[in-house]
Order: sequence, then C-alpha cells, then structure tokens
Amino acid sequence: MSLPKPEELARVNYQPPARGWMEVKPDFRPGTYCNAASPKWLEWIDYPYPRQWSVAEEDWQLPENWKEIVLEGMEDRLARFRSLKLFFDICVRCGACADKCHFFLGTGDPKNMPVLRAELLRSVYKRYFTRIGKALGELVGARDLDEKVIKEWFFYLYQCTICRRCSLFCPYGIDMAEMTLLGREMLASIGINIDWAMASVAQCYDKGSHIGATPQAFKDMIDFLAEENERITGIKTPVSYNRKGAEILFVTPSGDYFADPGTFTLMGYLLLFTYLDLDWTFSTYAAEGGNFGWFVSHEMGKRLNAKIYHEAERLKVKWILGGECGHMWRVCNQYMPTWFGQVPSFLEVPVSPVTGTVFENARVHKMVHISEFTADLLRHNKLKLDPQRNAHIKLTFHDSCNTSRGMGIFEEPRYIIQHVLPEGHFFEMPPNTIREKTFCCGSSSGINANENMELRMQGGFPRANAVRYVHERYGVNHLGCICALDRATLPTLLQYWVPEVEVTGITELVGNALVFEGEIERTTDLRDRDLVGVGEQEGGEEEE
Amino acid sequence: MTLKRLLSERRAAILEKWRDRVFACYPPETASFLKREADRFSNPVAHRLTEGLKGIYATLLGEAPAAEVTAQLDEVLRIWAVQDFTPSQALAFVFFLKPIIREELAGELKADAGLTAELLDLESRLDGVALLGFDVYMRRREKLSDLKVSEMKARISGLLRRVGVDPSTL
Ligand code: SF4
Ligand code: SF4
Repeated sequence: MSLPKPEELARVNYQPPARGWMEVKPDFRPGTYCNAASPKWLEWIDYPYPRQWSVAEEDWQLPENWKEIVLEGMEDRLARFRSLKLFFDICVRCGACADKCHFFLGTGDPKNMPVLRAELLRSVYKRYFTRIGKALGELVGARDLDEKVIKEWFFYLYQCTICRRCSLFCPYGIDMAEMTLLGREMLASIGINIDWAMASVAQCYDKGSHIGATPQAFKDMIDFLAEENERITGIKTPVSYNRKGAEILFVTPSGDYFADPGTFTLMGYLLLFTYLDLDWTFSTYAAEGGNFGWFVSHEMGKRLNAKIYHEAERLKVKWILGGECGHMWRVCNQYMPTWFGQVPSFLEVPVSPVTGTVFENARVHKMVHISEFTADLLRHNKLKLDPQRNAHIKLTFHDSCNTSRGMGIFEEPRYIIQHVLPEGHFFEMPPNTIREKTFCCGSSSGINANENMELRMQGGFPRANAVRYVHERYGVNHLGCICALDRATLPTLLQYWVPEVEVTGITELVGNALVFEGEIERTTDLRDRDLVGVGEQEGGEEEE
Repeated sequence: MTLKRLLSERRAAILEKWRDRVFACYPPETASFLKREADRFSNPVAHRLTEGLKGIYATLLGEAPAAEVTAQLDEVLRIWAVQDFTPSQALAFVFFLKPIIREELAGELKADAGLTAELLDLESRLDGVALLGFDVYMRRREKLSDLKVSEMKARISGLLRRVGVDPSTL
C-alpha cells in the first residue's frame, strides 16, 4: 500500500445511486442511528418478537418467517390504505421532492432524497405485487426482499421525521410521511423498533406519560411550577386535578412539566388560566398529550390516545384545550375521532367562555389549540399586557411541521407574538424556511435519542442555518415555537449551530407580559432573568 | 508581481476550483446539487462551506486577521464533524488548495522564480492551517459529547429544580 494523498483520503465512500442505489448499503456509524428497543418495553405493551439485538451487529435475529410477515403486512396495508398503493403507482420520478428534505440537505446522502426513500419500499412492492416487477425484476426497479433491504428500511425510515416538506413540492402530493409510518409498522411487526420511542411508548402506556411519571409525580411537579409562579409574580395560580364537572380539560405534553424550557411555558398556561378565572382541570390519567405511539404504528397511536376522550367523558367536561404541541396536535386533530370510532357526543362544540367565540374548526374533534384560544382572546381585547416585560427578547418563530404544514396554524402564534413583544422585536426567517415551507427540527418522530446526535445535528442544520441568519442580521436571541418536542430538541440543535439563541414557548411570553390586577412589581421574567430597566436606577446603568 | 497580488486577482477562479473539489467529496448527485442550487437557505451546506473557504483564502492572503482562521475552519468543520467525515477526510480539503494554486499559476511560476519561494512559504502556512483544523475538529466532536450530557440533564431539568438542584451546576 502506498501512503494516501489528500485527494484519496477525502473520497467519502458513496456510489452514484442513479446507477447502483440498490447496491449502496447503509453504514451504521455510531451517532447516525437509534438503538434497538429493549425487549422489556415490547413485553410491557405486548408487541411482537421482543428480543435483545443490536443494530451494529450483523445478525438482527429476525423471526424465522419474517419475510412472510412483512409481505403479508404489505398486502394488508395496500388493501387498507388506498393512499399507499396510489403513492407507489403514481410517482413519475420528476425529482421535484429530491432536494427538499432536511435530511438530504444536512447529510448529503442521496438516499435521503424523498424519492429514493420511497423507492426503498416501492421496489419491494413492485417485485411482489406488480406483474411487470415479478417478470422483469431489477430492470424495472423491483427487488427481492432480503435482510439487507430490512436494514435499509430501518436506517432510512428512521431518517425521516414525517414532516411532509417533500410532499408540499410533489405535483401529486405524494406523502412520504404516510409511507414512512406504514414502513415503520411493518418493521415493528417483525420486532424491529427503536429504544427511545418504545421506552416512551411503554412508559406512557403503563404509567401515563412518556417520562414514566406517576400521577403523584405529575401533580407534585405542576404544584411546584405553580409555586414558582407565586414566587416570581406574587400571583397564586391554583391548579385542579381530576375535577369532575370542570368546563375544560387541559391536556399538554409531559415535556411541559418536566423539562426546561417547557416548564416556563406551563407556568404561562397557569398564569393565563388564573387571569381568565377559567373553569378547567388537569387529568392525572390523560397526563400526556404527546403520542410517541403514533411514531411506531397507527394501532399504538390509537392505544395511547384513547385516554384523552375517556377522561373527558369521565370528568364530564364540555371540551378539551390542548397545550403547545406539534405532533399531539396532528394526532388529536387528524386521527383522534377516527380512532375513537365516532364523534365524541359527550362533548360540546368548544366555545370560549371569555369571548363567546365558537370554534367551528373543532366541531368534530372538540379540542382547541392554546394558540387559537389565546389569539381569540387578544382579538377581543381580553388581556392586559405589558410587552416591555419581554424587551430582553428578540424573537424569531419556528413553524413546527405539524402545527403549520400539517394543520395550518400560521397566523395565531404570530398574532400573539405581535401583542406580547415590544414593537420591532420580532423577525421572520427567510420565506423559504417558514410557514408551509418550514424546515423541520430534525429530531421529531421519536428519533430524538441521545445516541442519534450526529444525525439530528445534520437534519436540523437547514433550520439552524436560517436561525443563524436572523441572529447575525437582527440580533435575534430567542427562537419561539408552539411545540414541546421543539422545546426539547431545538436547544441542543442551537447549542451546536447557533449557541447565542435560546428556545421559548409562546405562552411563556404571554405569562411574562400579562398584567394582573393589584400585582406586585415584576423584576424578572419567568426564568428569573432581570427585566430590561430593572436595577438601573440604583446602579445608574444605561439601557443598551 | 507578488504572489498575494496574483492570488487576489485569480481569486474567483481558484476559489471555484477549490469549492468544486470540496463538493466532489460528496456523491455525484449531491455534488451537482451543491453546485446548482444558489439559494443559501435551500442549500445551506454549500453556502456555509463556500463561506468558510472564502474566509480561509482571505486570511491566507493577509486580508483578515490570522486569529480568524479558527472561526473560518469551524465554518467547514462543524459540518463535517457531524457528517460522514473522519478527521483525515475532514482536513484533506486544506491541502486541495496547493495543487489548485500551482495549476492556476503554472505560467507565472515558470516565468518568475521568486514566486516559487513565496509559494513554498504559503504552502507551509497551509500546513499550519490544517494542523489548527485538527484542533477545531476535535473541539466540535467534544461539543457533541457535551451536548449529549447536557441534554440528558435538560430532560429532567424541571424535576431537578423541583428538588432544589440547579441543573446548570451539575
Ligand atoms: S417527510 Fe420530511 S423527513 Fe420525510 S422524506 Fe419528506 S421531507 Fe424528508
Ligand atoms: S415529487 Fe412526487 S412525483 Fe416527483 S419524484 Fe418526488 S414523489 Fe415522485
């Protein structure tokens, strides 16, 4: 062997997929995949083929008849989901989606082009379910299902955050997110799951929240945050739990009560509800708004989601209010009544008790997003606000894929921001990175595992790149969002790419700005940071 | 004419070759995308890599303070520290510049022997840049491990505060 020249060293080992994409196999490099699910979790939820296996090892210990299971699973799904068959058949390989995925942009791996991600599944479909594929095989892009294919599915279906950015650009609206979900279901059917998602699912199923908190711990934590509110603002923000006959059931993801900065958003909710004297309750049973089950299978999503309506019925509330969450919102808005099997007749069409607004958009599922609720309050001038209390914040807003591209919540958070921030403190990121075209956080859909850090940093790079632009150009120091997964994962992303920018929920800013009758003078925000202007008289400092 | 002057005059051509050589480290489809898409937000990797190369080049020419070279290297290496680049692969790009300059200035170098001495000096500075690059790359890898630890704490930071522990002091 001769010693290498720099040019020889630098050649990263890829081959052109245009020719041989089927031959290029994934390299399971640490940092770019999630660990295999521990059998314990699968046993808890009665999921098939629990076993100890490792992604890095050659033998994944698939069940003997794994191929049969997968092909039967595909046949079954082709019959149940017309969309799947349609997506398989109508793609014309136009390439419009190719460079729209943040994972392609961040990793530079061509197999992260959505069109190729779909091809991983489609090639198997062609081989076993189309006449031409059965006859001509690889000539028409069909291929045999073998263990290598399964490994590729695993690698690339967990490098998709089901964000749907690609489908926005597809002339046929082909929805890769749907395919990824169904592909993950088929993997789960032969016992291939990731630990981070399955641990959260099992804990949620068993104890009620992803983090595995007991009802006591849930209550204890929220009581603590109410005390924090009192310490900082002097205002008591009473919380009620499992209170029958309350008008509203409030559901939020566990990120909001266990992890900063979500906790500050939760303090904001409590302040807002107190200010309005709302008749609301938490449920210690429906203590998790998030739903990692949906990242695993439709069936598991349904299982974890069921408690929300059940609690609403048991507590005899009129309607449900949801906290700031992205995927919770997509699940509750798009799936919940279908999973439940009927329109929940025990609930009423949500009406704001403060403004009288009827939330027609929630007529079916009976659940309102806190941003819709708050924006309506502002529209009716029901909140007294002092935006100067947010004067230390220069904000940009990240549209979370699920609330924005998924559900069309674009204006409400911006409308709130306008009211709670001083003028000139809000700066949009460039148009091709927000609203429908927003770039994903890169860590959603259950892949925000610690061991998957490199991949997450790559997937979130397009987002961070736009944040850095507004930071450098306008001095933006906070990234706002209305999603708990964002609040959990964006801080890490930004610490790598733009460490000067912190992450905040929008209701936290509302909490800072809300002016209560007879309140004590506020000197800090909800995070104990000095407000602009505080202490300056004594110190004689000048405002910057 | 001094080497620096020449390098400044031929900046566009040299930078373009350097950039193309760097893009060629990626698979062909990716390389052609990186070259094609001009929007800095739709093509963030190309944008940041190009900015990094431009900065390093300017520093080599003495147009920016030498201390800035670390930040310019970081522009490139923070991307490669999370992509599929080993340290040697990640640092090779610095050396790409040597043959590119020699090729681009072949005529002048032949005609003016004085330039060759200047070039040797510049090449040795490039070696120095590469060595600094190793530090930058390592710092990025360390940052990644730090982030893993801090994220673990952040996941239960509310709970820690609840029991009277300040998560930032752990
Ligand atoms: S849904 Fe999102 S993550 Fe998945 S392929 Fe499309 S753009 Fe990429
Ligand atoms: S944009 Fe749609 S039709 Fe075109 S390649 Fe992508 S998935 Fe296929």
